[in-house]
Amino acid sequence: MADEVSLLDYWPSMFGMRTKMALAEKGVAYEYVETDPWVKTPLLIEMNPIHKKIPVLIHKGKPICESLIQLEYIDEVWSGTYPMLPSDPYQKAQARFWADFIDKKFYDPSWKVWGTKGEDQVAAKKELLEHFKTLETELGDKTYYGGEVFGFVDIALMGYYSWFKAMEKFGEFSIETEFPKLNEWTKRCLKRESVVKAIADSDKIIEYAYALRKKFGAE
Amino acid sequence: MVTGDVKLIGSWASVFVMRARIALNLKSISYEFLQETFGSKSELLLKSNPVHKKMPVLIHADKPVCESNIIVQYIDEAWSSYGTSILPSLPYDRAIARFWAAYIDDKWFIALRSILTAQGEEEKKEAIAEVEERTEHLEKAFIECSNGKPFFNGDHIGFLDIALGSFLGWWRVVELDANHKLLDETKTPSLFKWAERFCNDPAVKPLMPDTANLAEFARKLFPKPQP
Repeated sequence: MADEVSLLDYWPSMFGMRTKMALAEKGVAYEYVETDPWVKTPLLIEMNPIHKKIPVLIHKGKPICESLIQLEYIDEVWSGTYPMLPSDPYQKAQARFWADFIDKKFYDPSWKVWGTKGEDQVAAKKELLEHFKTLETELGDKTYYGGEVFGFVDIALMGYYSWFKAMEKFGEFSIETEFPKLNEWTKRCLKRESVVKAIADSDKIIEYAYALRKKFGAE
Repeated sequence: MVTGDVKLIGSWASVFVMRARIALNLKSISYEFLQETFGSKSELLLKSNPVHKKMPVLIHADKPVCESNIIVQYIDEAWSSYGTSILPSLPYDRAIARFWAAYIDDKWFIALRSILTAQGEEEKKEAIAEVEERTEHLEKAFIECSNGKPFFNGDHIGFLDIALGSFLGWWRVVELDANHKLLDETKTPSLFKWAERFCNDPAVKPLMPDTANLAEFARKLFPKPQP
């Protein structure tokens, strides 16, 4: 029932996009509540008092925060269909490791490459390319990071897809040229309805990135 | 039980390594502990964790698992019929435990460590205030999660107890360094009592490092600038 599940999210958020993909893959109906995280509404503060950030998944009135935690929750609650995580403990640990790598290592330079200037930006670009290379190597010749199945790690990384063009523009590199396997993988993912419906327009993201650059003083 | 098959790369002083060891103890798994030498990284560590080059690394049947909270979950799942459950059984409770474990590593620990690395009294005072504020959040989390029981996980030590409890040795060391109570019986009474119960648990007791030894190690890791 749609009234059981809501998602507080903001249209450009790579984290919100992950949760939208996961809910769509599981066929879960939900109410989408556009929430600007720069404006701390009473609902946002009530549902995420610690971080006051989006996305927040609300199920039967109870909030779940942090996108990767939301993905695991969605996988466990709606376990009857389309498993996102493998059942084998070792494979599961590997999936968690790579999702954690994406947030722990990839995230920081992925925004600094468009959100900073000068030396900071140069350093961010170098680091970002290293992490893209690691992700390209890890994908290898697999169809998806999950093997034959579009899964947890694929969703974790595809959440960033809308921002790839902004990263390429400000970082002055091309994913197609430098990371061809990853590039092909994005095309496979983009065939999925859950992905297409979740992502934002890459050019609108670039506009948004410009606005944030001004806000951060990088412009 | 393929116990000959389990190795753990780590160090006696590491909070993150302790998490894995507590989990293995809870499941009564024997393992070979491969102690790293301070200041260098072994070939096996670099080979088993090429991405981060950090400990702990659990090697089970020659397959490495990295990142302490991921290792703890792996241990719970690979040996699910052994000992007590480390993660809560309900999806919502698991999400809450994971949320607070992430908070501990991303926010609380960073604040604790910044006391040790603070330059000057002003910075130290700010870092202490931040730790106190964040510890109060954890006090509330304990009250909600424990629901009147002795541990975050209920009757037995679990994921969140391990995530926070492994810090208790360092918590004491930083208290001494700051000359300021950071786990205060009056400010966070539930956590204060929980800490004692946690340290006395048979899975934890043999692993908690001696405060004096740890303080000496801390001086090596965080040398103070000479006046």
